[in-house]
Order: sequence, then C-alpha cells, then structure tokens
Amino acid sequence: MTTVLDPTSETAPATRERATRPESLAGLTVGLLDISKPRGNVFLDRVSERLTGLGATVNRYAKPAFSKPAPVDLRHEIATECDAVIEALAD
Amino acid sequence: MSSDLPSARRLPDGLVAVVKRDCPTCELVAPVLSDLHDRAGLTVITQDDPHFPVDADWVRHDDDLAISWHHDIEVVPTLLRVVEGSEDRRTVGWSRSEWEQFTDLDGLGQGLPDWRPGCGSLSVDPAHADVLAVRFSASGLRSRRVEMAALEDEWEAMWDRGWSDGLPVVPPTEARVLRMLEGTTRDPSEIAAAVPPALVDCSVEKVAVNAVMAGCAPEHLPVVIAAVEATCTDEFNMHGVLATTMSVGPVLVVNGPVAGRIGMNSGINALGQGNRANSTIGRALQLVVRNVGGGWPGGVDRATFGSPAKVGFCFAEDEAGSPWTSLAESRGWREDQSTVTVFAGESPRIFADEKSRSPESLTRHLAQALQATVSPRMMLGMDAMLVLSPDHMARYADAGWSRDRFMDELSAELLCDADELLAGVRGVAAGLPPAAAGRKVPKFRPGGLLVAHAGGPAGLFSAIIGGWANGPRGSDPVTREITP
Repeated sequence: MTTVLDPTSETAPATRERATRPESLAGLTVGLLDISKPRGNVFLDRVSERLTGLGATVNRYAKPAFSKPAPVDLRHEIATECDAVIEALAD
Repeated sequence: MSSDLPSARRLPDGLVAVVKRDCPTCELVAPVLSDLHDRAGLTVITQDDPHFPVDADWVRHDDDLAISWHHDIEVVPTLLRVVEGSEDRRTVGWSRSEWEQFTDLDGLGQGLPDWRPGCGSLSVDPAHADVLAVRFSASGLRSRRVEMAALEDEWEAMWDRGWSDGLPVVPPTEARVLRMLEGTTRDPSEIAAAVPPALVDCSVEKVAVNAVMAGCAPEHLPVVIAAVEATCTDEFNMHGVLATTMSVGPVLVVNGPVAGRIGMNSGINALGQGNRANSTIGRALQLVVRNVGGGWPGGVDRATFGSPAKVGFCFAEDEAGSPWTSLAESRGWREDQSTVTVFAGESPRIFADEKSRSPESLTRHLAQALQATVSPRMMLGMDAMLVLSPDHMARYADAGWSRDRFMDELSAELLCDADELLAGVRGVAAGLPPAAAGRKVPKFRPGGLLVAHAGGPAGLFSAIIGGWANGPRGSDPVTREITP
C-alpha cells in the first residue's frame, strides 16, 4: 500500500451550502454585472427592463476587464448592495 | 537545537564518540575509546553492534539511529564535545594529533597509525536515509495523506483522482517530497503564491508535491517555485490565460547560471523533448495550476485548441553562444542573476530563411513572418517571442549588430501602412478600422516582442511563439529571480 501527499488545494468541501433562492424578485435589488465584453450592455439593458417589470430594483456594475476576475472591492460591493446577482458572458 | 530534543535523542554532556563496528577505523580506535572513557569519561554511541567497542554502561546503542540523524552525523567515528546539552565542536575520522588537541590528553593510541579516514555513518547510508527522513521529519509535512488501496494501481488511482495532465505522474510519497524539498532552503510551509483561478494559497510543500509528480529532480525545484511566483501575478494574469479561447499557456525561459548548473538544454531540440529539466519544470508549473488552482481544461480553461506546449514549455537561453545581451538582461536583470521569464504563448512555429546573407535581408524577411503572428491584420494587441537560432544570429554577429540595433531595425520593418490592412481591403472583412486610414501602424507595442537565442548549431531557421492579448486587458511577461 502506498501513501501519497494530496497535490490539490484540499479546499473542496464535500458539499457546498447554496444561498436560499428568493420566491419572487418583487421588491428585491438585483445586480447586473457587465463583464465588459462588446455589446454586453445591449443585452443587459433588456434584462434590466424585464427585471424592473417584475418589480425588482436593478443595480448595474461592470468589471474593468473581461479577462480578469472581478476585483475584491467590486465583489464586496455587489454582495452588500444586492439580494441577487446575474452575471453573463456575451460576445 | 539539541536541548529541544526528547531526552532519548539528546547527547550526554562531555566527550561523546559516535561509532559503528562495521568500520575499520572505529575497530582500529576501539582501545582509544576505552582509554578516553577511563581518563575523560567518554560516552560511546554505537550505531550497529550494541556491545561495540565493549559491553559497558557507557556504551549506548543508537538502535533507531535517532541520535545520529538528529545530530547530522555523517562520518564515523565522530568525536564531539557537548556542553549543557549542546554540541560545542566535533572532529571526524581518526587523527592522533586532532584527538589529542580535542581532548587535551597526550599519548592517545600508541602504536596506531597517525591518521585514518572515517566511514559513512549508518544514518546517511542510502539504504536508511529515506526511511529515517520520513520517520523523523515527515510530520512537518502538512498535506493530507491519501492512502492507495492494496489492489489499486498507483498510476491509475492518481489519474482517477484527477491529478494528472493525461500523462503518468510520479506518486508523491513522503520520502520523495522530502527529497524534493532538499532542493530549496525555503520553509515548506511558506506561501509561494495564490494560484489562479481559485486563488488558493500554495505552499512551497504543495509546489514540491507537484514537482515530484511532474518528474522534477530536487535541483529543479527553485526554478519551479520562481515560475509559480511569476505566473501567479496580476501582470501575467494566469486566470485570463486559462479562460481565453486562444491557445496559449505559460512559456518559460530560464536565464543565468542556474540553467547550466541543472543541465538545461539551450541547444539542439531546445524547445522539444529529451531534457529532464526542460520537460519537467514547465509541466510542474502546469500541474500546480491544475491541482492547486483548479485550472482544468473544460473548466476555467476554455482554449479552443490548446497546444502540445500546454503540457509544459520551458527552455534555457543560449547565452554563451550569443554576442547579445540575454532576454533577462534586456528586461533589466544582471548576467549573474538566475531568472525565469514567463510569457503567455502558443506552440513555436518555424521561420525559414536559408538565403539571406545580410542582416538587412534577414530582418526584412523576419518582419514579414512576424507580421502574420496570430493574424496579419491584427496590430498592437498581441505580443510575440522570437527565438533566433545560432545560424541566424551569425548574420547579426558577423555584421556587428547589437540587440538594440536589431530591435530598432526590426521595429522599423514592422511599421505597416494601415491602408493595406483596413477591414474589407482585398476582400477580407477583418482588419483595422477606417479611422486608421493613411497612418503607419506598428505590429507590436514597445517591449511587446521578446527575443531570445537558442537552438542547435545547424539550421537557418528561427522560431516564432505567438502571444496573447497584452497589457492590463491581457497578460504582460513577468521575470522573477530564482533563489535557492
């Protein structure tokens, strides 16, 4: 029998707790994160219209560069200001 | 250090000799050991026969070699002076004059030769060293232990756990990881970098585990650590290099004295297979990204094609054979510093010019080939690396061109008429926007073309390694110093 050392980050938990899903978006604040790919704003404008129609308040955010992860500050801002967030990739 | 050890592993105060019966020099000095006990209270630590040199209470058996291992005994006999639990000094082998000076006693070993070298300590015997290292220092390793079942094939089991890039990996046992860590002076628990895409803190130990799996030798580890540090920077942007649909990966160029010391290849087939350091250092970096950072193909790695270079791409620059300053020197480092430069690049493609006899002709032709990097109509957005072969470098050496002269002349050749490259020109939809009309546009941004020298002594070829989106929206090349 061989014992080896785990080469991974060892951070993957067996199960991951998901945030509770809202029953309805009415009255909630929904964040829309534009990843800064061309014409993503066109798509998000339409999503914003539809969400507002459902009674949600929409906050718009944008990543500085689509090729890099959202900065920690931005993630924190979204997490503290919104009840839900939609992030989409578009080209 | 000694006083922190459990009492069974501590040396007694006073004179101590570490010996083994299976050593002719120890046998030779057996009468001296008894003499030293009688006259100076010597204690003997014996590694093999518990009754050597005599059966007495001042002879202690180091049966598990714990004392020898913890006190770094490399040779027997070793004579030590211990004061309040700590070693004051030591001498190895037998030398009458040294032993007399060491003990302040005269007339030691009458009739013996004046001098005999010692033998290897059992604690450094290759048959025991690995076992002892695991027994006495593996508890310092923090990685989770994974036990393979008796009927599991190790290689299959590691593949099943998702730890491999598709090729066999070496099982990272405690003994192998401890041996790998001998290659660096850094503490195993030190954090080398936060590895994208998961941005997980990666210790020197985790780098060593993956270096073992990649097939590295311990002397390669400092290069791997520096490569991990360089790759896991915001400037290099490994997250983006993975996530892009373009087929780039980290390309490593090693400069400075370390390349020769660890036997890297900068000559024939330098960008190919066959040299252990070249092949495994780049692979170790990619295994760290995969296993620690979670950068899996099909996960965050979205490359349309990928490339064989993504298994690992690492080579050394041929500095000795180049009349120019090295790539690292062109990036601000000194010739005596060992560095690794990471560049987001594709597989190399070959540029052939077997006709040019003047540096001007070769430079013009090179510019035409470089113009086609990624797309002949894509300007300024992508970097590239050019690896000049010795035969091509000879054109410049013969003409007395320096690196700076070459870069200036090449940049001038790479300044293109935008009108030739406008969108729609010659029936191709891709190209520069109408606003560029009438202007001259450079192919590369300043510093966006990296030039190194490598390759075999015959062949009028050079290699072009296409890059990826550059600058803050993509990746910048990063150079890090390789430290022990």
